Amino acid sequence: MANDIKILTEHINIPGIETFEVYRKAGGYNAVEKAIKKMSPDEIVEEVKKSGIRGRGGAGFPMGMKWSFLAKPEGVPRYLVCNADESEPGTFKDHYLMKNLPHLLIEGMIVSSFALGANKSFIYVRGELMYVVRILEKAIEEAKAAGFLGKNILGSGYDLELVVQPGGGAYICGEETALLESLEGKRGNPRNKPPFPAVKGLYQSPTVVNNVESIANTPWVINHGGEEYAKIGIGRSTGTKLISASGHIKNPGVYEITLGLPVDEFMNSDQYLGGIRDGHYLKAVVAGGSSVPILPANLFYKTANGEDRLMSYESLSDGGFPTGTMLGSGGFIAMDETTCIVRNTWNFSRFYHHESCGQCSPCREGTGWMEKVLHRIEHGHGTMSDIDLLVDVAKKIEGNTICPLGDAAAWPVASAIRHFRDEFEWHINHPNEATKPGAVYMGAEILA
Amino acid sequence: MENEVPLIKVTIDGQEIRVPVGTTIMEAARQIGPSVAPPAMCYYKPLQGSGGKCRACLVKVAAGSEKDPRPMPKLVASCITGAQDGMVVENFTNPEVVEARKGVVEFLLINHPLDCPVCDQAGECHLQDFAFENGVGEKRFVEEKRTFEPEDIGDKVQLHMNRCILCYRCVYTANQLTEKRVHGVMGRGDHAQISTYIKNSLESDFYGNVIDVCPVGALTDKTYRFKSRVWFSKPVDAHCACEKCSGKVQVWYKGDEVIRVTARKNQWGEVEDFICNTCRFDRKKTSDWVIEGPSKVARNSVIAQNKYGLNQGKKPEFALNYAAKNFKGIDDARDYNQNLDEIKKSEDYKALMQKNDKFFSKEKSLK
Repeated sequence: MANDIKILTEHINIPGIETFEVYRKAGGYNAVEKAIKKMSPDEIVEEVKKSGIRGRGGAGFPMGMKWSFLAKPEGVPRYLVCNADESEPGTFKDHYLMKNLPHLLIEGMIVSSFALGANKSFIYVRGELMYVVRILEKAIEEAKAAGFLGKNILGSGYDLELVVQPGGGAYICGEETALLESLEGKRGNPRNKPPFPAVKGLYQSPTVVNNVESIANTPWVINHGGEEYAKIGIGRSTGTKLISASGHIKNPGVYEITLGLPVDEFMNSDQYLGGIRDGHYLKAVVAGGSSVPILPANLFYKTANGEDRLMSYESLSDGGFPTGTMLGSGGFIAMDETTCIVRNTWNFSRFYHHESCGQCSPCREGTGWMEKVLHRIEHGHGTMSDIDLLVDVAKKIEGNTICPLGDAAAWPVASAIRHFRDEFEWHINHPNEATKPGAVYMGAEILA
Repeated sequence: MENEVPLIKVTIDGQEIRVPVGTTIMEAARQIGPSVAPPAMCYYKPLQGSGGKCRACLVKVAAGSEKDPRPMPKLVASCITGAQDGMVVENFTNPEVVEARKGVVEFLLINHPLDCPVCDQAGECHLQDFAFENGVGEKRFVEEKRTFEPEDIGDKVQLHMNRCILCYRCVYTANQLTEKRVHGVMGRGDHAQISTYIKNSLESDFYGNVIDVCPVGALTDKTYRFKSRVWFSKPVDAHCACEKCSGKVQVWYKGDEVIRVTARKNQWGEVEDFICNTCRFDRKKTSDWVIEGPSKVARNSVIAQNKYGLNQGKKPEFALNYAAKNFKGIDDARDYNQNLDEIKKSEDYKALMQKNDKFFSKEKSLK
């Protein structure tokens, strides 16, 4: 398998690639020319469908299918919104992509907007990344000056206005309907679905919301064709994926991998992560951002059936939630044996407690409750019934909320207890040892 | 197709009903009756856009529609989910739903102060009803409850934020009934609170309606504060010629004194006609009103207790007669003077204890 195909990051090391001239010289904006001059919008949607590309924001919903669901009533504007509100703990790929290759995103936005018939498109950038907003705005100015944006693009009669909107820094605004509410200038509360954004989205008009990475893939699909794209990758996981790797690994950073890369190779080869830091070994992995279930090392390398796990949507979710996880948004966090899972779970839980929007009761109250119980366990005041309580609370949040934040808050807790129950029990039974700074339980041995 | 057949068939807890296309599951269930209607803490029919937040009305859709009879994977909020032709909904009959609802009760109560003994809403509180009907009697939350700083939002409406369950009903009321929005939700997560921006007080002719729409005691009437328990007062339907509103109200008497005025509510606790502040706060004399007669109060409501003689006499008499009749029929020819030790030694007793072992396990362990 050709593992070195780079769809997104091919030109990332060219000096000055963030400027229009250099990007254009490297073959940039060819997709816009091809799409607008030679293809019809429906043909582009068809190519994207053929490519089989799946949404890179976390849910992995096929992008072409999402595009084809877009309602097209007469006389109603349609919108494309790029979700750049990347705030999942452990995920930092969109930030990297926008910072280094702003024109790739803009090129993708132009062809996608053209395909969907949108004349005004938005990039909703996380509020903390103001300097990225400025980079993007500068890039948009350059593209406008070169005639790739604005009125009558390349003489085709197609108009497109691209707006960069910084958010207010709320995690919940990464949920697509909350993002739309926020974009409309309201409080970022997720909407009830249905109606879905494809029918009634931004300003009650049909809207498509896509992740930065998904949109950045479209120029390649236009240039090389959807079928070529579908050849990369494995099974229904086509193309490449940016993985933001962090934790106790030798080479943290953002990697573009071909989907289907064996987990073992990704983890241990020098081309990628280079393995766990010297003298330590892998304990647990969060494979796709903080909201996906945590996996212990043995289940991470091999599925419950003993097959080697691959970096793909299907292989990582093999075994469902009992023994699998999700690729999610590609926020890869590796933890060695010095990591306390209870503390880690508490930390994640604290994040979701802080970021819950407070609209629906299970998430509003449940995230705070779980955080308080985990805080108690971590600080040596837990009781055995607290473990079952956590499992029960997580179960009652999961699936009963308006948006997936409730699920995202429940999964890490439920999975940590599922796989590391002994560690929770040790914390409860040995409060004095467990609250010593740096004390970690690893089976029979205790690090302190 | 829908034009030809305007009615669709929905089955809720085994009961069929035909409703117009576009009806929500909640409305269809309410048409059948209170026995199958899901509880609602945030959904409020007169307010557009309300619903979907409290998750109290979660139901299981066992069959999506005639065309696509697959069940829906998750529980759905019945107040915002449209009914489809041939839909089969399980409400109180589905253990999953009952369990989820227990969870919602628990979530709503963990940060609720449970100060019903001093709360003006007690007796007509939806949260009380909801918790009593759907919850469990024990609590597992041992942490400190979340509290807010008290906030003054005017001389007529008392805000008690600790009791709030964030149903957003008052926000919708303020949006849809009054000209300018006076208050909203600040903050997020479990620290989100109903508040006015920069400590304003409420100003509008209709803001008093937030008291009626509030399902709990978070927004109460300051002019009625601590005057009486709800069940000591008696509601009477009355009207007046009001130039601002319909003037149709409920006047609550304690003795001869009018202690408060509220809007009339229907079976589901929803306001029929919103009333203005003059009617609500200023007209507190019997001479201000044309009395129509006692309001209908549900028999199981605590407000109906010790009033309305009609209900009082019959039921206990009937029950006593029944008990007396059955008591006479008991065969007391058995020898009941036996020694207790003898009974315990008897084979019958041992067999009974063995059979009911699991039921008596607690008692045994105490010994």
